Amino acid sequence: MSGTHANTVPLRMCELCHARKPVLRRPKTLQKLCKPCFYHVFETEIHNTIMEAKLFHRGERVAIGASGGKDSTVLAHVMKTLNERYDYGVEFVLLSIDEGITGYRDDSLETVKRNKEQYSMDLEIVSYSELYGWSMDQIVAQIGNKNNCTYCGVFRRQALDRGSVKLGISHILTGHNADDMAETILMNLLRGDVARLDRCTEIVTDSSDSPVKRSKPFKYTYEKEIVLYAHYKKLDYFSTECTYSPEAFRGTARTLIKNLEAVRPSSIIDIIKSGESFVLLKNQKKYPTPAERQETATTMATASTCQNLAQGAPSAFDPNVTRANRCHTCGYLSMNKICKACILLEGLNAGRAKLELDGGVEPTGQAALTKKLEQLSF
Amino acid sequence: MKINIEFSGGLETVFQNIRKYSIDLEAPSDGSPLNIKYLLTYMVDVLMDADSKANGGVGLFLLDGLIRPGVLILINDTDWELEGEEEYLLQEGDIILFASTLHGG
Repeated sequence: MSGTHANTVPLRMCELCHARKPVLRRPKTLQKLCKPCFYHVFETEIHNTIMEAKLFHRGERVAIGASGGKDSTVLAHVMKTLNERYDYGVEFVLLSIDEGITGYRDDSLETVKRNKEQYSMDLEIVSYSELYGWSMDQIVAQIGNKNNCTYCGVFRRQALDRGSVKLGISHILTGHNADDMAETILMNLLRGDVARLDRCTEIVTDSSDSPVKRSKPFKYTYEKEIVLYAHYKKLDYFSTECTYSPEAFRGTARTLIKNLEAVRPSSIIDIIKSGESFVLLKNQKKYPTPAERQETATTMATASTCQNLAQGAPSAFDPNVTRANRCHTCGYLSMNKICKACILLEGLNAGRAKLELDGGVEPTGQAALTKKLEQLSF
Repeated sequence: MKINIEFSGGLETVFQNIRKYSIDLEAPSDGSPLNIKYLLTYMVDVLMDADSKANGGVGLFLLDGLIRPGVLILINDTDWELEGEEEYLLQEGDIILFASTLHGG
Protein backbone atom coordinates (compact mmCIF):
# COMPACT_ATOMS: atom_id res chain seq x y z
CA MET A 1 0.00 0.00 0.00
CA SER A 2 2.73 2.43 0.86
CA GLY A 3 4.37 4.32 -1.96
CA THR A 4 1.42 3.93 -4.29
CA HIS A 5 -0.68 6.88 -5.30
CA ALA A 6 -3.76 5.57 -3.62
CA ASN A 7 -5.06 9.01 -2.70
CA THR A 8 -8.14 9.23 -4.82
CA VAL A 9 -8.67 12.98 -4.78
CA PRO A 10 -8.73 13.97 -8.45
CA LEU A 11 -6.22 16.62 -9.43
CA ARG A 12 -8.08 19.76 -10.36
CA MET A 13 -6.81 23.13 -11.35
CA CYS A 14 -7.32 26.44 -9.55
CA GLU A 15 -10.90 27.55 -10.12
CA LEU A 16 -9.83 31.05 -11.09
CA CYS A 17 -6.80 30.74 -13.34
CA HIS A 18 -7.33 27.10 -14.39
CA ALA A 19 -3.58 26.89 -14.77
CA ARG A 20 -2.00 26.12 -11.42
CA LYS A 21 -2.48 23.54 -8.71
CA PRO A 22 -4.83 24.73 -5.97
CA VAL A 23 -3.40 24.91 -2.45
CA LEU A 24 -6.46 25.72 -0.41
CA ARG A 25 -10.21 25.74 -0.26
CA ARG A 26 -11.68 29.10 0.73
CA PRO A 27 -14.09 28.63 3.63
CA LYS A 28 -16.30 31.50 2.49
CA THR A 29 -16.90 30.30 -1.06
CA LEU A 30 -15.50 26.75 -1.09
CA GLN A 31 -13.43 27.79 -4.12
CA LYS A 32 -10.20 25.88 -4.66
CA LEU A 33 -7.43 28.34 -5.38
CA CYS A 34 -3.72 28.41 -6.14
CA LYS A 35 -1.38 30.67 -4.16
CA PRO A 36 -1.27 33.66 -6.53
CA CYS A 37 -5.05 33.66 -7.03
CA PHE A 38 -5.58 33.33 -3.28
CA TYR A 39 -3.35 36.34 -2.59
CA HIS A 40 -5.22 38.28 -5.23
CA VAL A 41 -8.74 37.55 -3.90
CA PHE A 42 -7.68 37.93 -0.28
CA GLU A 43 -6.15 41.37 -0.84
CA THR A 44 -8.82 42.56 -3.27
CA GLU A 45 -11.67 41.70 -0.93
CA ILE A 46 -10.04 43.75 1.82
CA HIS A 47 -9.48 46.62 -0.60
CA ASN A 48 -13.17 46.48 -1.59
CA THR A 49 -14.20 46.51 2.07
CA ILE A 50 -12.03 49.60 2.62
CA MET A 51 -13.45 51.39 -0.43
CA GLU A 52 -17.08 50.57 0.35
CA ALA A 53 -16.73 51.85 3.90
CA LYS A 54 -14.64 54.85 2.72
CA LEU A 55 -12.32 53.96 5.54
CA PHE A 56 -9.46 56.32 4.70
CA HIS A 57 -8.90 59.71 3.23
CA ARG A 58 -5.77 60.89 1.45
CA GLY A 59 -3.17 62.34 3.78
CA GLU A 60 -4.65 60.61 6.82
CA ARG A 61 -2.35 59.20 9.50
CA VAL A 62 -3.70 55.93 10.80
CA ALA A 63 -2.45 53.73 13.63
CA ILE A 64 -2.38 49.95 13.32
CA GLY A 65 -2.91 48.27 16.67
CA ALA A 66 -0.01 45.82 16.52
CA SER A 67 0.42 42.92 18.91
CA GLY A 68 2.91 40.92 16.87
CA GLY A 69 0.29 38.21 16.44
CA LYS A 70 -0.95 36.84 13.13
CA ASP A 71 -3.91 39.18 12.62
CA SER A 72 -2.12 42.46 13.19
CA THR A 73 1.00 41.32 11.33
CA VAL A 74 -1.08 40.38 8.29
CA LEU A 75 -2.98 43.66 8.70
CA ALA A 76 0.23 45.71 8.59
CA HIS A 77 1.48 43.74 5.60
CA VAL A 78 -1.78 44.05 3.66
CA MET A 79 -2.22 47.76 4.48
CA LYS A 80 1.28 48.48 3.21
CA THR A 81 0.61 46.42 0.06
CA LEU A 82 -2.75 48.06 -0.69
CA ASN A 83 -1.55 51.56 0.18
CA GLU A 84 1.16 51.15 -2.46
CA ARG A 85 -0.97 49.31 -5.02
CA TYR A 86 -3.99 51.61 -4.91
CA ASP A 87 -2.26 54.79 -3.76
CA TYR A 88 -4.44 55.48 -0.72
CA GLY A 89 -2.04 58.19 0.36
CA VAL A 90 -2.29 57.06 3.98
CA GLU A 91 0.54 57.07 6.50
CA PHE A 92 0.43 54.01 8.73
CA VAL A 93 2.02 53.88 12.17
CA LEU A 94 2.32 50.81 14.38
CA LEU A 95 0.92 51.23 17.88
CA SER A 96 1.63 48.53 20.45
CA ILE A 97 0.56 48.08 24.00
CA ASP A 98 2.93 46.54 26.51
CA GLU A 99 0.65 44.99 29.09
CA GLY A 100 3.64 43.70 31.04
CA ILE A 101 3.11 39.95 30.66
CA THR A 102 6.42 38.14 30.94
CA GLY A 103 6.97 35.39 28.40
CA TYR A 104 4.17 36.67 26.22
CA ARG A 105 4.10 40.34 25.46
CA ASP A 106 7.81 40.90 25.87
CA ASP A 107 8.45 38.31 23.16
CA SER A 108 5.68 39.49 20.88
CA LEU A 109 6.95 43.08 21.10
CA GLU A 110 10.24 41.88 19.65
CA THR A 111 8.20 40.72 16.64
CA VAL A 112 6.58 44.14 16.35
CA LYS A 113 10.00 45.77 16.42
CA ARG A 114 11.03 43.60 13.47
CA ASN A 115 7.75 44.44 11.70
CA LYS A 116 8.58 48.12 12.09
CA GLU A 117 11.72 47.55 9.98
CA GLN A 118 10.07 45.10 7.57
CA TYR A 119 7.20 47.46 6.78
CA SER A 120 9.08 50.76 7.23
CA MET A 121 6.50 52.11 9.65
CA ASP A 122 7.03 54.14 12.82
CA LEU A 123 6.34 52.31 16.06
CA GLU A 124 4.96 53.64 19.34
CA ILE A 125 4.82 51.40 22.40
CA VAL A 126 2.65 52.38 25.36
CA SER A 127 2.96 50.39 28.56
CA TYR A 128 0.53 49.67 31.38
CA SER A 129 3.30 50.24 33.94
CA GLU A 130 3.96 53.71 32.59
CA LEU A 131 0.26 54.64 32.26
CA TYR A 132 -1.24 53.01 35.30
CA GLY A 133 1.66 52.10 37.55
CA TRP A 134 0.70 48.42 37.25
CA SER A 135 1.81 45.71 34.85
CA MET A 136 -0.56 42.80 34.15
CA ASP A 137 1.85 40.47 35.97
CA GLN A 138 1.53 42.64 39.08
CA ILE A 139 -2.24 42.86 38.67
CA VAL A 140 -2.60 39.09 38.42
CA ALA A 141 -0.31 38.64 41.42
CA GLN A 142 -2.72 40.83 43.34
CA ILE A 143 -6.18 39.89 42.09
CA GLY A 144 -5.59 36.34 40.92
CA ASN A 145 -6.34 34.73 37.63
CA LYS A 146 -10.07 35.22 37.48
CA ASN A 147 -11.09 38.66 36.24
CA ASN A 148 -7.75 39.65 34.80
CA CYS A 149 -9.17 39.91 31.25
CA THR A 150 -11.55 42.63 32.47
CA TYR A 151 -8.66 44.72 33.73
CA CYS A 152 -6.59 44.07 30.65
CA GLY A 153 -9.48 44.95 28.34
CA VAL A 154 -10.39 48.23 30.05
CA PHE A 155 -6.75 49.26 30.32
CA ARG A 156 -5.92 48.35 26.73
CA ARG A 157 -8.79 50.37 25.37
CA GLN A 158 -7.61 53.50 27.15
CA ALA A 159 -3.97 52.76 26.41
CA LEU A 160 -4.68 52.58 22.67
CA ASP A 161 -6.54 55.88 22.87
CA ARG A 162 -3.75 57.55 24.79
CA GLY A 163 -1.13 56.15 22.43
CA SER A 164 -3.04 57.51 19.44
CA VAL A 165 -3.56 60.91 21.01
CA LYS A 166 0.17 61.05 21.76
CA LEU A 167 0.78 60.41 18.06
CA GLY A 168 -1.84 62.98 17.07
CA ILE A 169 -3.87 60.24 15.42
CA SER A 170 -7.63 59.77 15.72
CA HIS A 171 -8.08 56.51 13.80
CA ILE A 172 -6.88 53.05 14.84
CA LEU A 173 -7.13 49.88 12.79
CA THR A 174 -7.45 46.61 14.63
CA GLY A 175 -6.90 43.08 13.35
CA HIS A 176 -10.33 41.79 14.41
CA ASN A 177 -11.33 39.21 11.84
CA ALA A 178 -14.62 37.63 10.74
CA ASP A 179 -14.31 34.84 13.30
CA ASP A 180 -13.83 37.40 16.08
CA MET A 181 -16.82 39.36 14.92
CA ALA A 182 -19.06 36.29 14.65
CA GLU A 183 -17.95 35.32 18.15
CA THR A 184 -18.79 38.78 19.51
CA ILE A 185 -22.20 38.78 17.81
CA LEU A 186 -22.98 35.41 19.38
CA MET A 187 -21.80 36.52 22.80
CA ASN A 188 -23.93 39.66 22.70
CA LEU A 189 -26.89 37.64 21.49
CA LEU A 190 -26.45 35.05 24.23
CA ARG A 191 -26.06 37.75 26.89
CA GLY A 192 -29.01 39.74 25.62
CA ASP A 193 -26.75 42.74 25.25
CA VAL A 194 -28.91 44.40 22.62
CA ALA A 195 -27.09 47.73 22.56
CA ARG A 196 -23.77 46.06 21.83
CA LEU A 197 -25.38 43.65 19.40
CA ASP A 198 -26.47 46.65 17.41
CA ARG A 199 -23.02 48.22 17.31
CA CYS A 200 -20.67 45.26 17.16
CA THR A 201 -21.06 44.61 13.44
CA GLU A 202 -20.05 48.11 12.42
CA ILE A 203 -16.77 48.37 10.57
CA VAL A 204 -16.04 51.73 12.20
CA THR A 205 -16.91 52.17 15.83
CA ASP A 206 -17.15 55.51 17.51
CA SER A 207 -18.16 55.97 21.06
CA SER A 208 -18.75 58.92 23.26
CA ASP A 209 -16.12 57.75 25.72
CA SER A 210 -13.27 57.54 23.24
CA PRO A 211 -11.52 60.29 21.29
CA VAL A 212 -10.37 57.81 18.68
CA LYS A 213 -12.38 55.83 16.16
CA ARG A 214 -11.60 52.18 15.51
CA SER A 215 -11.95 50.27 12.27
CA LYS A 216 -11.81 46.62 11.34
CA PRO A 217 -10.68 46.13 7.73
CA PHE A 218 -10.71 42.33 8.35
CA LYS A 219 -14.35 42.14 9.44
CA TYR A 220 -15.14 39.86 6.49
CA THR A 221 -11.79 38.06 6.49
CA TYR A 222 -11.71 34.50 7.79
CA GLU A 223 -9.14 33.53 10.37
CA LYS A 224 -8.24 30.45 8.33
CA GLU A 225 -7.28 32.65 5.39
CA ILE A 226 -5.29 35.02 7.60
CA VAL A 227 -3.30 32.11 9.00
CA LEU A 228 -2.71 30.64 5.54
CA TYR A 229 -1.77 34.04 4.10
CA ALA A 230 0.75 34.57 6.89
CA HIS A 231 2.07 31.05 6.41
CA TYR A 232 2.44 31.17 2.62
CA LYS A 233 3.89 34.67 2.66
CA LYS A 234 6.24 33.58 5.47
CA LEU A 235 5.33 36.63 7.53
CA ASP A 236 7.14 37.10 10.79
CA TYR A 237 4.56 36.77 13.55
CA PHE A 238 4.37 35.56 17.10
CA SER A 239 2.01 32.76 18.01
CA THR A 240 1.73 31.99 21.66
CA GLU A 241 -1.33 32.27 23.79
CA CYS A 242 -1.45 34.81 26.58
CA THR A 243 -0.12 33.18 29.73
CA TYR A 244 -3.24 34.10 31.66
CA SER A 245 -6.38 32.11 31.08
CA PRO A 246 -8.97 33.59 28.75
CA GLU A 247 -12.46 34.56 29.71
CA ALA A 248 -14.47 31.34 29.86
CA PHE A 249 -17.55 32.64 28.07
CA ARG A 250 -15.54 33.94 25.13
CA GLY A 251 -13.71 30.62 24.89
CA THR A 252 -17.01 28.79 24.72
CA ALA A 253 -18.34 31.10 22.01
CA ARG A 254 -15.12 30.62 20.06
CA THR A 255 -15.38 26.84 20.22
CA LEU A 256 -18.97 27.06 19.06
CA ILE A 257 -17.98 29.21 16.07
CA LYS A 258 -15.19 26.83 15.11
CA ASN A 259 -17.47 23.81 15.37
CA LEU A 260 -20.09 25.54 13.23
CA GLU A 261 -17.44 26.45 10.67
CA ALA A 262 -16.34 22.81 10.43
CA VAL A 263 -19.88 21.72 9.57
CA ARG A 264 -20.81 24.70 7.45
CA PRO A 265 -17.93 27.02 6.54
CA SER A 266 -20.18 29.89 5.49
CA SER A 267 -21.63 30.07 9.04
CA ILE A 268 -19.17 32.78 10.06
CA ILE A 269 -20.02 35.17 7.26
CA ASP A 270 -23.72 34.28 7.64
CA ILE A 271 -23.68 35.23 11.33
CA ILE A 272 -22.12 38.58 10.40
CA LYS A 273 -24.69 39.20 7.68
CA SER A 274 -27.46 38.36 10.15
CA GLY A 275 -25.93 40.61 12.78
CA GLU A 276 -25.73 43.48 10.31
CA SER A 277 -29.39 43.06 9.46
CA PHE A 278 -30.68 43.28 13.00
CA VAL A 279 -32.57 46.50 13.56
CA LEU A 280 -32.67 47.89 17.05
CA LEU A 281 -36.12 49.22 17.81
CA LYS A 282 -35.81 50.65 21.28
CA ASN A 283 -33.26 52.39 23.45
CA GLN A 284 -31.32 53.74 20.51
CA LYS A 285 -28.41 55.81 21.70
CA LYS A 286 -27.00 58.83 20.03
CA TYR A 287 -23.28 58.75 19.29
CA PRO A 288 -21.11 61.79 18.70
CA THR A 289 -20.62 63.10 15.21
CA PRO A 290 -17.11 63.04 13.74
CA ALA A 291 -16.86 66.80 14.33
CA GLU A 292 -17.63 66.39 18.01
CA ARG A 293 -15.10 63.60 18.27
CA GLN A 294 -12.46 65.70 16.58
CA GLU A 295 -12.99 68.42 19.14
CA THR A 296 -12.60 66.07 22.09
CA ALA A 297 -9.55 64.46 20.48
CA THR A 298 -7.83 67.83 20.41
CA THR A 299 -8.50 68.41 24.07
CA MET A 300 -7.14 64.97 24.89
CA ALA A 301 -3.87 65.79 23.17
CA THR A 302 -2.31 67.36 26.21
CA ALA A 303 -3.12 64.38 28.37
CA SER A 304 -0.29 61.92 28.75
CA THR A 305 -0.81 59.64 31.69
CA CYS A 306 -3.51 58.95 34.17
CA GLN A 307 -1.39 60.07 37.10
CA ASN A 308 -0.07 63.17 35.41
CA LEU A 309 -3.59 64.18 34.57
CA ALA A 310 -4.79 63.77 38.09
CA GLN A 311 -2.08 66.16 39.22
CA GLY A 312 -2.16 68.77 36.49
CA ALA A 313 -5.71 68.31 35.39
CA PRO A 314 -6.93 71.84 34.56
CA SER A 315 -4.47 72.36 31.71
CA ALA A 316 -5.83 69.30 30.00
CA PHE A 317 -9.32 70.65 29.78
CA ASP A 318 -10.85 72.56 26.99
CA PRO A 319 -13.37 75.00 28.48
CA ASN A 320 -15.80 74.02 25.74
CA VAL A 321 -15.96 70.44 26.88
CA THR A 322 -18.16 70.01 29.87
CA ARG A 323 -16.75 68.32 32.87
CA ALA A 324 -19.71 65.98 32.81
CA ASN A 325 -18.15 64.12 29.88
CA ARG A 326 -14.90 63.46 31.67
CA CYS A 327 -13.57 61.28 34.41
CA HIS A 328 -13.20 63.43 37.52
CA THR A 329 -10.02 61.60 38.48
CA CYS A 330 -7.97 61.43 35.30
CA GLY A 331 -9.82 63.60 32.78
CA TYR A 332 -10.36 60.75 30.33
CA LEU A 333 -13.59 60.86 28.34
CA SER A 334 -16.23 59.05 30.35
CA MET A 335 -19.97 58.76 30.54
CA ASN A 336 -19.68 58.44 34.30
CA LYS A 337 -18.04 60.55 36.99
CA ILE A 338 -15.15 58.15 37.28
CA CYS A 339 -13.94 56.17 34.26
CA LYS A 340 -13.73 52.39 34.35
CA ALA A 341 -9.94 52.35 34.42
CA CYS A 342 -9.85 54.65 37.45
CA ILE A 343 -12.41 52.52 39.27
CA LEU A 344 -10.28 49.44 38.67
CA LEU A 345 -7.11 51.32 39.63
CA GLU A 346 -8.67 52.55 42.83
CA GLY A 347 -9.37 48.96 43.84
CA LEU A 348 -5.87 47.87 42.91
CA ASN A 349 -4.17 50.72 44.74
CA ALA A 350 -6.28 50.14 47.85
CA GLY A 351 -5.18 46.51 47.79
CA ARG A 352 -1.53 47.48 47.40
CA ALA A 353 -1.75 49.93 50.29
CA LYS A 354 -3.33 47.24 52.42
CA LEU A 355 -0.58 44.79 51.54
CA GLU A 356 2.07 47.32 52.44
CA LEU A 357 0.37 48.10 55.75
CA ASP A 358 0.03 44.44 56.58
CA GLY A 359 3.63 43.87 55.58
CA GLY A 360 2.25 41.23 53.28
CA VAL A 361 3.75 39.63 50.26
CA GLU A 362 5.10 42.03 47.66
CA PRO A 363 3.03 41.76 44.52
CA THR A 364 6.06 41.75 42.27
CA GLY A 365 7.04 39.62 39.33
CA GLN A 366 4.72 37.54 37.26
CA ALA A 367 2.23 35.26 38.86
CA ALA A 368 3.65 31.82 39.26
CA LEU A 369 1.75 30.47 36.33
CA THR A 370 3.01 28.33 33.57
CA LYS A 371 1.58 28.74 30.13
CA LYS A 372 0.41 25.25 29.78
CA LEU A 373 -2.73 23.51 28.87
CA GLU A 374 -5.50 25.41 30.54
CA GLN A 375 -4.06 28.68 29.29
CA LEU A 376 -3.97 27.30 25.79
CA SER A 377 -7.63 26.39 25.89
CA PHE A 378 -9.46 27.35 22.79
CA MET B 1 7.92 5.39 6.37
CA LYS B 2 9.51 8.73 7.15
CA ILE B 3 7.04 11.49 7.99
CA ASN B 4 7.74 15.05 9.10
CA ILE B 5 5.42 16.75 11.55
CA GLU B 6 5.48 20.47 12.24
CA PHE B 7 3.50 22.69 14.58
CA SER B 8 2.70 26.33 14.49
CA GLY B 9 0.38 28.53 16.46
CA GLY B 10 1.18 27.04 19.84
CA LEU B 11 0.14 23.39 19.49
CA GLU B 12 3.71 22.30 20.20
CA THR B 13 3.08 23.09 23.86
CA VAL B 14 1.19 19.81 24.24
CA PHE B 15 3.78 17.88 22.22
CA GLN B 16 6.77 18.26 24.55
CA ASN B 17 7.34 21.80 23.26
CA ILE B 18 9.03 20.45 20.16
CA ARG B 19 8.04 22.22 16.95
CA LYS B 20 9.36 19.70 14.42
CA TYR B 21 9.35 15.93 14.50
CA SER B 22 10.80 13.52 12.01
CA ILE B 23 9.27 10.12 12.70
CA ASP B 24 9.49 6.66 11.25
CA LEU B 25 5.97 5.35 11.00
CA GLU B 26 5.19 1.62 10.69
CA ALA B 27 2.04 0.49 8.93
CA PRO B 28 -0.64 -0.43 11.50
CA SER B 29 -0.46 -4.12 12.42
CA ASP B 30 -4.21 -4.60 12.02
CA GLY B 31 -3.97 -3.77 8.34
CA SER B 32 -5.81 -0.45 8.62
CA PRO B 33 -4.57 2.27 6.28
CA LEU B 34 -1.62 4.48 7.13
CA ASN B 35 -3.57 7.71 6.83
CA ILE B 36 -3.97 11.01 8.68
CA LYS B 37 -6.55 9.48 10.98
CA TYR B 38 -3.99 6.92 12.09
CA LEU B 39 -1.34 9.63 12.43
CA LEU B 40 -3.56 11.61 14.80
CA THR B 41 -3.93 8.62 17.11
CA TYR B 42 -0.21 7.90 16.89
CA MET B 43 0.61 11.49 17.80
CA VAL B 44 -1.53 11.36 20.91
CA ASP B 45 -0.19 7.95 21.92
CA VAL B 46 3.48 8.53 21.22
CA LEU B 47 4.31 12.22 20.86
CA MET B 48 2.05 13.97 23.36
CA ASP B 49 3.70 14.31 26.74
CA ALA B 50 2.14 12.58 29.72
CA ASP B 51 1.70 15.83 31.58
CA SER B 52 -0.38 17.32 28.75
CA LYS B 53 -2.42 14.14 28.44
CA ALA B 54 -3.21 14.29 32.14
CA ASN B 55 -4.28 17.93 31.79
CA GLY B 56 -6.70 17.81 28.89
CA GLY B 57 -4.11 18.17 26.13
CA VAL B 58 -5.93 15.68 23.91
CA GLY B 59 -8.97 17.96 23.92
CA LEU B 60 -6.89 20.77 22.49
CA PHE B 61 -5.89 18.61 19.56
CA LEU B 62 -8.78 16.24 18.94
CA LEU B 63 -12.53 16.30 19.31
CA ASP B 64 -14.29 12.93 19.25
CA GLY B 65 -11.19 11.32 17.74
CA LEU B 66 -10.98 13.78 14.85
CA ILE B 67 -8.93 16.96 14.53
CA ARG B 68 -10.38 19.74 16.59
CA PRO B 69 -12.09 22.45 14.54
CA GLY B 70 -9.80 25.47 14.41
CA VAL B 71 -6.65 23.43 13.86
CA LEU B 72 -5.56 23.68 10.22
CA ILE B 73 -3.69 20.85 8.60
CA LEU B 74 -1.40 21.40 5.63
CA ILE B 75 -0.13 18.37 3.75
CA ASN B 76 3.05 19.36 1.91
CA ASP B 77 1.85 22.96 2.15
CA THR B 78 -1.58 22.22 0.70
CA ASP B 79 -4.83 22.59 2.64
CA TRP B 80 -5.78 19.06 3.70
CA GLU B 81 -9.34 19.74 2.56
CA LEU B 82 -7.99 19.31 -0.98
CA GLU B 83 -6.19 16.10 -0.11
CA GLY B 84 -8.93 13.93 1.33
CA GLU B 85 -8.62 15.03 4.97
CA GLU B 86 -8.46 12.11 7.45
CA GLU B 87 -8.41 9.56 4.64
CA TYR B 88 -5.25 10.94 3.02
CA LEU B 89 -2.72 8.13 2.71
CA LEU B 90 0.69 9.17 3.96
CA GLN B 91 3.57 9.14 1.49
CA GLU B 92 7.29 8.86 2.16
CA GLY B 93 8.74 12.23 3.18
CA ASP B 94 5.41 14.00 3.65
CA ILE B 95 5.44 17.19 5.70
CA ILE B 96 2.32 17.52 7.78
CA LEU B 97 1.83 20.92 9.43
CA PHE B 98 -0.63 21.47 12.25
CA ALA B 99 -1.46 25.14 12.63
CA SER B 100 -3.70 26.32 15.39
CA THR B 101 -5.75 29.33 14.31
CA LEU B 102 -6.93 29.96 17.81
CA HIS B 103 -4.44 32.45 19.08
CA GLY B 104 -4.80 36.15 19.49
CA GLY B 105 -3.63 38.50 16.85
